[in-house]
Amino acid sequence: MCLAVPGRVVKIEERDGTRMADVDFGGVVKEVCLEYLPDLQVGEYAVVHVGFALQRLDEESARQTLELFESLGMLQEEFGDPWELAAEAGGTPPPKREEARK
Amino acid sequence: MKYIDEFQNPDLARRLLDEIHATVTRPWALMEVCGGQTHSIIRHGIDQLLPEQVELIHGPGCPVCVTPLEVIDKALEIASRPEVIFCSFGDMLRVPGTGRDLFRVRGEGGDVRVVYSPLDALTIARQNPDRQVVFFGIGFETTAPPNAMTVYQARRLGVRNFSLLVSHVRVPPAIEAIMQSPSCRVQAFLAAGHVCSVMGVDEYPELAERHRVPIVVTGFEPLDILEGVRRTVAQLERGEHTVDNAYPRAVRPEGNQAAKAMLEDVFEVTDRSWRGIGMIPGSGWRLSPKYREYDAEHRFSVEDIRTSEPAECRSGEVLQGLLKPHECEAFGTLCTPRTPLGATMVSSEGACAAYYLYRRLDISPAPREATSVV
Repeated sequence: MCLAVPGRVVKIEERDGTRMADVDFGGVVKEVCLEYLPDLQVGEYAVVHVGFALQRLDEESARQTLELFESLGMLQEEFGDPWELAAEAGGTPPPKREEARK
Repeated sequence: MKYIDEFQNPDLARRLLDEIHATVTRPWALMEVCGGQTHSIIRHGIDQLLPEQVELIHGPGCPVCVTPLEVIDKALEIASRPEVIFCSFGDMLRVPGTGRDLFRVRGEGGDVRVVYSPLDALTIARQNPDRQVVFFGIGFETTAPPNAMTVYQARRLGVRNFSLLVSHVRVPPAIEAIMQSPSCRVQAFLAAGHVCSVMGVDEYPELAERHRVPIVVTGFEPLDILEGVRRTVAQLERGEHTVDNAYPRAVRPEGNQAAKAMLEDVFEVTDRSWRGIGMIPGSGWRLSPKYREYDAEHRFSVEDIRTSEPAECRSGEVLQGLLKPHECEAFGTLCTPRTPLGATMVSSEGACAAYYLYRRLDISPAPREATSVV
């Protein structure tokens, strides 16, 4: 959770009066809130934490950090299935998948 | 030096290490505040590459670790209620409360859901108007602004079935508490980079001056950490104690003004208890009176739950830098990631978990005199 990952803005739009973006984290695209960096533009990079862009980054340092995180398996930790990770940590099978409950 | 192959840029890492080795003339104890930095340090063996005189002490900067047991128990109590959808980040699932965790509550039929962002919990609330949706709002200054924004949005959009179980903590009062401890050995701090991305560095000069400790804002990659150590050691050797930013690509001196303004609107500073450490004055945030109706503790009347820690767990000493994880008698035997006694072992960002994951258990304990309090 503490991990803040650099990502690249690929699309920006207003949703319910809030400035939101689709952000690409080395292949995984997530919805990110831009309210704390409202002038961020498509193509720019930012440090993103729990779905919020918190600070601008230049492309080169963003790319390097992403490559490092990927090589260390940290992107899997951040974006992988949390129930499976928790089950593995506890040595027990994961409960029913969330989709089944909706 | 096998670990150096893993560095992104071994040549630069080597140069930084050479410079640190050339600068050090006597022993120094530096504390890295952030749990993410602890993991990077242990994973890459950075502590083993540094000169013997430079000791890295692991600080209390893991939000999952420092969330008090009573808050975990409140979460378990609320999550067990049939009318509640309880939303959390994934790394809280295995944090032990008294006798169980959120993972187990889910297995017992509780509707516990993992979200990537607090805004996802708000979306779930809007999709389920007949249920109560509670988000578990823990974390440092990096996580507090997203949670603040979510409460602000709930109010703006008139979503009334959403609330926040809030247990946010602040770094500067923790540094103050560490420096005031009579057993403190810390001579300098590597400040947590992403906390400073939000807050800037305004809170640090006074701390650095009063306690005469260098504070160097540091990132998370191996090279970032080596650069933070290099600058810190240089200050210590020169007898200086200033605030320095070694992570300028993600930290502006003023931080993120919009996020700071939102924090001020939604939260107010409060005393907070830290797991394993105890009460630190002014070290947390709670919802301000304007947003009290979004406070899950109030909504579900769990304000008075009080619990106590397992006696064998020494995570409090680990969190304060007084004990290295493998020096605990329970480490790797009674206490493992599968059977954690305390949060420093269960959290993937905890110091005990870092030692368990990246160091073999046959690691020889450091001599007592090297770690005993001075």
